[in-house]
Amino acid sequence: MSPLHLCLLFSSALFCIGLVGALARSNTILVLLGVELMLNAANLNFIAFWRYGPTPSPATGVMFVIFSIAVAAAEAAVGLALIIAVYRHQKSIRLQEANRLKG
Amino acid sequence: MIAALALIAVITLATAAVAMSLRNLIHSALLLIASWFGIAAFYLWAGAQFVAFAQVLVYVGAVSMVVLFAVLLTRRSRADHVIAPDSLARAVSAVFAGAAVFGVLALAILKTRLAPSTAAAPTATVRDIGTQLMGTHAAALIIMGILLTVALLGAVVIASHDGPESRKDVS
Repeated sequence: MSPLHLCLLFSSALFCIGLVGALARSNTILVLLGVELMLNAANLNFIAFWRYGPTPSPATGVMFVIFSIAVAAAEAAVGLALIIAVYRHQKSIRLQEANRLKG
Repeated sequence: MIAALALIAVITLATAAVAMSLRNLIHSALLLIASWFGIAAFYLWAGAQFVAFAQVLVYVGAVSMVVLFAVLLTRRSRADHVIAPDSLARAVSAVFAGAAVFGVLALAILKTRLAPSTAAAPTATVRDIGTQLMGTHAAALIIMGILLTVALLGAVVIASHDGPESRKDVS
């Protein structure tokens, strides 16, 4: 088994932990953190293929990860702002209780 | 080399898994910070130093603070950060779904014969990254700046909704 296989297994395990967290928890913050873990797992794949890919390129994988981290930061900020807005309306951040579209 | 990767993977996965299963939100957030540190260590292991430090700056520095603020702003009392248990059926089905996805992914990875890299490890110095960001990827950099500005302004607008109804709620 090559290091690339190990890196890919590592990132898929991290992705699945994030998936289980996003599906199982009913706290909105934990769901958002699960989504963040899945994004990080995708970044691990970029770096793994950049490092061990068959055709090495100067810095393409690094560029991808930098832009992906920037998008993830924007996503986290907007997601947590949404959580705070939902908490204002519902006085709770449980997903089951946030079931009204009207404020 | 492989042992270091295994160590990093075990630490990252263990902290992430425990963080996703705890009931104390603040403990979960702190363990996830440890997990993000593990991911930064993986980037260092793979030779992408710039990405590792960007990960530490963005996740360990910024996103963790935003998460902790969200935890503190959305609790009603001092002891409210311990959340109520989730439904067992949902947890079990989520674990089944996650295990199924992992099984499919792992099988696909192990069945694939990936060409071993014969060339030397690629290096990306900060100078290379800067040249590429300002040259090849200049348009993407500008779009990213616009995206970040719009997203953060939008986050402020969403979070600070101060209409007449919400003011009545708050007071």
